[in-house]
Amino acid sequence: MLTKLVQLFSSIGDYFALIFWVFWAAITRPPKWSLIRDQMYEIGVLSLPVVAITGFSTGMVLAAQAFFQLADKGLASATGLMVTKAMMVEIGPVLTAFMITGRVGAAMTAELGTMRVTEQIDALRSMAVSPLSYLVVPRFISGLVMVPLLTVFSCLMGIIGGYLIAVYYYGMPSTSFLDPLPNNISAFDFFSGLAKSVVFGIIIITISCYMGMKTKGGAAGVGRSTTTSVVICYSIILISNFFLTVALNSSYEYIQNFFNRWF
Amino acid sequence: MVETPMIKVSDVHKSYGKLEVLRGLNLEVKEGETVVILGRSGVGKSVLLRQILGIEIPDSGYIEVGGQRISSMREGKRYEAVKSMGMLFQGSALFDSLTVGENIAFYLRQHNPTMEEPELEERVAEALKMVGLEGVQPKMPSDLSGGMRKRAALARLIVYRPKVVLYDEPTTGLDPITSGQINDLILNTQKELKATNIVVTHDIRSALMVGDRLAFHHDGKIAHIAPKEEFFNSTDPELRKFFENAVVTEELLKKGPSHA
Repeated sequence: MLTKLVQLFSSIGDYFALIFWVFWAAITRPPKWSLIRDQMYEIGVLSLPVVAITGFSTGMVLAAQAFFQLADKGLASATGLMVTKAMMVEIGPVLTAFMITGRVGAAMTAELGTMRVTEQIDALRSMAVSPLSYLVVPRFISGLVMVPLLTVFSCLMGIIGGYLIAVYYYGMPSTSFLDPLPNNISAFDFFSGLAKSVVFGIIIITISCYMGMKTKGGAAGVGRSTTTSVVICYSIILISNFFLTVALNSSYEYIQNFFNRWF
Repeated sequence: MVETPMIKVSDVHKSYGKLEVLRGLNLEVKEGETVVILGRSGVGKSVLLRQILGIEIPDSGYIEVGGQRISSMREGKRYEAVKSMGMLFQGSALFDSLTVGENIAFYLRQHNPTMEEPELEERVAEALKMVGLEGVQPKMPSDLSGGMRKRAALARLIVYRPKVVLYDEPTTGLDPITSGQINDLILNTQKELKATNIVVTHDIRSALMVGDRLAFHHDGKIAHIAPKEEFFNSTDPELRKFFENAVVTEELLKKGPSHA
């Protein structure tokens, strides 16, 4: 029991050390562009379809539920606002993070885990190439760029889906869906969603890479660490989402003032 | 005058959890020499290689390669020191996301970014020719057989001419003919690179072919080390047991099946 606890804390320590070294290496020894480009394609471009489909259908569901639940209470005009705000600050970032964990994070853990158990990571070190700089940093930089971009894309798809359902299925006038938006959607909402997606991006890539690099025990070990990695990512995303929401909302005025001053 | 050894392993201890793998291991390898470390599977022969290469750090004791103390260097400096070393891994450890050609060019691309593409290709082709695998550059490692992969991994080493080469079970899991070829290739590589070599194996035939000195790894230490001509005179009971179970074919035929 005690040794398990010690192991847990030492893994957490290792994990934070990894984050630190990844940041440090990303700044001091930026990797070759070709490595980043390949990862951006892998993480960003190949995730577009799944992010589009999930964002779009969630937007449709949101609009259908909002209209259905609110219409008989005379609140139908809030449908557009509800869909947009929900997509921007909550569902967009979390849903995208989940899809990327499943599509990219799991693959990353499995790939690095396989490289670990087949001694490819040792082979890198034997040729004086740091696995951190060669494998982790390019993935990290690409994730940092691509996760927020995919989140924005997912939000847009959701809003389009919601609009189509509200207007063409429930017969809501286009103006009553769109008119409330400009006055009520603020820079804060945009910033809030983006900040979350950056944090989620860091969480997904670092946990997936950490779990991959720590893999031992052959094919079974790869399976185990992939499962663990996905479960941990999902949990940490949801838990940190709560704290991020509270932190961002309580600094609402500060953020809003900042944007008013500079933009 | 005492010659400083190329590789010096001094009183190295290493344990994983409660499992003590190395218990005060000492070993010295002279420049240009090939030492073969024999021992049963799982006694920590590969662990020793990983310490020498700086992939892992010993719990106590130290390791010097070319007079530099690898085991107490900081990460960045250790990578510099390891540049002149290479290792042939048991499972070849070719990068399976890269083609064979890219695998072999890997070291040069990483460390000599100024090298022109034609020169690079020429060196890759030359290294592949040495191991008898011409023209496989565009193939993926998964398209090669086990023996071919070993040879490609050897080419990946030869191409950057390391001064210290570590072989981890080079013939394990290969058929006798392919093993023979690998042994020949190791001998060729020794001639070509004039490197200092440590070979870890439990294949006595291979040990006799490639080694100058043979060492027996037992109980976390080097239990016996001698030039190969004298090695078999040892009376160490563990070593005798090891020999007895490595009998040659003719004796085995005379004896018949042991369980009969």
